[in-house]
Amino acid sequence: MKPKVAFYWCASCGGCEEAVLDLNEEILDVVGAVDIVFWPVALDFKQADVEAMPDGSILASLINGAVRSSHQREMAEMLRAKSQVVVAFGACAQLGGIPGLANLTDVKGIFQEVYRDGVTPVTDHRENGYALSLPELFDTVTALDRVIPVDYYVPGCPPTPNLIRDALHALLGAELPPKGSVLAPDQAMCEQCPRKDSKPEKLLVKEFKRPHQVVADQETCLLAQGLACLGPATRGGCNALCVRGNMPCTGCFGPTSRVRDFGAKALSAIASVVESNHEDEIVRVLEGVPDPVGTFYRYSLPSSLLARRRME
Amino acid sequence: MPDQFEPKIVAFFCNWCTYLAADLAGTSRIKYAPNARVVRVMCSGRVDPQFVLDAFAKGADGVLIGGCHPGDCHYQEGNYKAYRRYALLRRLLNQMGIEDERFRLEWISAAEGERVKTVINDMVEKLRALGPRATAARQEVA
Repeated sequence: MKPKVAFYWCASCGGCEEAVLDLNEEILDVVGAVDIVFWPVALDFKQADVEAMPDGSILASLINGAVRSSHQREMAEMLRAKSQVVVAFGACAQLGGIPGLANLTDVKGIFQEVYRDGVTPVTDHRENGYALSLPELFDTVTALDRVIPVDYYVPGCPPTPNLIRDALHALLGAELPPKGSVLAPDQAMCEQCPRKDSKPEKLLVKEFKRPHQVVADQETCLLAQGLACLGPATRGGCNALCVRGNMPCTGCFGPTSRVRDFGAKALSAIASVVESNHEDEIVRVLEGVPDPVGTFYRYSLPSSLLARRRME
Repeated sequence: MPDQFEPKIVAFFCNWCTYLAADLAGTSRIKYAPNARVVRVMCSGRVDPQFVLDAFAKGADGVLIGGCHPGDCHYQEGNYKAYRRYALLRRLLNQMGIEDERFRLEWISAAEGERVKTVINDMVEKLRALGPRATAARQEVA
């Protein structure tokens, strides 16, 4: 019997699901090697089908998306019980991801922004004798490992086909990697960057520019051109895709194993290249980074040391 | 009289200037508020933003970094590096709901024992006015 694999999405955009399809023809090898028993975006199995399976009967569940509702938490707990291995798949499951920026506010703030003074969602409602219910939305978005134990992490927004292929081989192989591993190289993105050699010995910047304000040179280190490229702080494994597309790294692969808080390290990397020793000028140059949280914690606010903005 | 709020301050002082200033304040028997827990680092440039965030995450009401005056750094420009990080980190902390008064960088030379007192007393006073942050740090995450 082929090993069983499940895919599930929590708070995510669907990009991770597409990334699996980006395996192209190789998806057929995957389907040949495993039985996919649950994959809401692509297959018609229901929650009840998985619930009916014995505990531990799924080899691996690959779960993408952050956790921000009671239903997502229940599904994560259910899949944990049914699976021998749980993989946090993609930046949202690993670090909290872009939905994690909601930790700058709370449910009240989000409802106010979205619905103003209109009708807001409630968890329980009665109408003509019918009871209706919705999952509860949490004030705080979390990464997957805050609600269930996670065995492996596949980084990226989304993970690249190479990484997915390697992860699947690792899971199906005779020897599993050590628990808790991030299934990507443990070195900075800069190491894989095609522009590595153009990075000056002493990298200094007098002005930061945002990608839409400048036509970047295609050959030179983007950070040296004043674009806030987070390559120095970000884990490699993506083969520098964004830089190859002439866009600076935004840090979706998260930190290497030696860093606890990605944003703090990325902030350090950017702040230390400012070419000035004068306080006023330093402040002025750094104004070229208008949104520090959005820049440095774009994918990792929920897994940062502070995790969320102080609630009022 | 109701109990007065005693803010906890984590103070990172550089080995060559501010730590010596705190030492001088001690030997000169200068009295100042006992709210700062001093952590000696070799240079203010050694203060990783992770240290600051960790202090706040673990319930500090304020974080103070003390280094040598510009031009006086034992390692030439560690204090400039500290300032560059500080300038960006305080804006990030603002976005996270941590007020400017809670995060401070001061240049204090080895001869300025009196200034250690002024800075710490002033910070304690401002933090008392702001109130505790620890409750926020312990807010349930999910």
